[in-house]
Amino acid sequence: MRMVRQICLGIESTADNLGIGIADTEGNILANIITTHVPEEGGIHPREAARHHAEVVGDTITKALDKAEITSRDLSFIAFSQGPGLGPSLRTGATAARALAAYLKIPLVGVNHCIAHIEVGRLATGSDDPLTLYVSGGNTIVTAYESGRYRIFGETLDIAMGKCLDTFAREAGLPYPGGPAVEQLALKGEKLIPLPYVVKGMDLSYSGLLTAIIQEYRKGTHSLEDLCFSMQETAYAMLGEVTERALAHTGKPEVLLTGGVGANKRLREIVGEIAEEHGAVSNYVPIRLATDNGAMIAWTGVVAYLRGVRTPIETSFIDSNWRLDKVEIPWRS
Amino acid sequence: MAQLIAKGAEADLLLNPDWNGLKALIKVRKEKKYRHPELDKEIRRSRTLFEANILHRVKAAGVPAPLVYQVDPEKATIVMEYIEGTKVRDVIKDLSEQEKIDMFHEIGVKAGQMHRGGIIHGDLTTSNMIKTEKGVVFIDFGLGEVSSEVEKRGVDLNLLHRMLTSTHYEYTDTLFTAFTEGYIECFNGEAEDALDRMREIEKRGRYIERE
Repeated sequence: MRMVRQICLGIESTADNLGIGIADTEGNILANIITTHVPEEGGIHPREAARHHAEVVGDTITKALDKAEITSRDLSFIAFSQGPGLGPSLRTGATAARALAAYLKIPLVGVNHCIAHIEVGRLATGSDDPLTLYVSGGNTIVTAYESGRYRIFGETLDIAMGKCLDTFAREAGLPYPGGPAVEQLALKGEKLIPLPYVVKGMDLSYSGLLTAIIQEYRKGTHSLEDLCFSMQETAYAMLGEVTERALAHTGKPEVLLTGGVGANKRLREIVGEIAEEHGAVSNYVPIRLATDNGAMIAWTGVVAYLRGVRTPIETSFIDSNWRLDKVEIPWRS
Repeated sequence: MAQLIAKGAEADLLLNPDWNGLKALIKVRKEKKYRHPELDKEIRRSRTLFEANILHRVKAAGVPAPLVYQVDPEKATIVMEYIEGTKVRDVIKDLSEQEKIDMFHEIGVKAGQMHRGGIIHGDLTTSNMIKTEKGVVFIDFGLGEVSSEVEKRGVDLNLLHRMLTSTHYEYTDTLFTAFTEGYIECFNGEAEDALDRMREIEKRGRYIERE
């Protein structure tokens, strides 16, 4: 029996990005429109981000449908990021998803944001059973699939890698997000300034590193280039070490690097070297699919939907603390 | 001649059956090309020294650990006693319910003694525990610390708990309950503080269900 092609629209709204993606059951990404809320000052203000998402969600859905060259009547079901993330942002996306599903009288599928990063990474790179290193503004997680779930082998004990970069960048007057600016400056750095290198088993901690680098910056004895260089060398070596430990521990044949920080060339180089050393293949998710986006939600909605996952509107509450290891993964068992 | 018996993520382990008449394990922390050379050298040097120091101290706390025969911080090498046995990680599944409970009770007692003696293991996983004829021996103190801070004890326990959740998920609760009982037994008063802190640290993590 040939399966009828079905189309899913996915809504991502866990933090500062509002993304609308469209995917079909044959593994095609038909649209992936991302809009970003840029704060006037400081970091993300949850209420302001949610307000931005509410303002643009309608137009962004229209743009995505146009890009995919379909109408809303062609949609078979709706997926949305149900957590984890910022409450106000999540609620805005969820409200739009419920409204769309109810209006079109089609099913709704709640998707875990972190799982979506892994699943779209597998789709985009063809990686089958990877150890995933997911590094972004809000998350730093080393995870792999084992008996029905993605298990977390290592993670940050405090702040995310991207958060550390962003906060330092803001302190040093660099643009947001901090990663690309720090990466550019680091290319011109030469001197390694000692900074806290904190690895505990397969977990790591960045709060001490952030405090130390801000103090060094304020002292003004080192160039910004050397500070950025040292920050990258230390922070990414920590990520490399936990990845290597997890790879040795799980014996997975592939490594998948995703999340916004995964765009960093130095981090890619480190991950690539480690994978090679352990005879594993390294895969890097293209940036449009590695950053927070709707396509990953739509695609994960597809794989979940095909294995019977449905989220009735009445119980479609968001969960801002939804850990990825709490999610059953029927499509891989 | 020394023979390579294990390639860990961090170090190569070589076995020399006749190191001046002793059966010895040689642990060499390998150069990591992905790390900046200065950072790499410092990490390997300091971890080697620390580990040798802690292997000595942990015995003073009454916890069995390999004997150190020789240390070379510049070459990041420790020569130590070879512990005969099997990794706890690999024996768990073959044990009966009661044997599992007994073993984790014993591990709890030893972890309690170690913490009471001011030692933090730093990588308290079931791969770093060897089941021998005379009981469980902790190995690999490479990420260890000398500290009596409740916070560090909590992190140590959190790591073990997380490891049991990710790798031994079929018996996490049984194993951790037995561990906790042993831990409290030999370390009364302060054990509860460390366990409370562990729960607090768990909640500090990202996306934990809060009451």
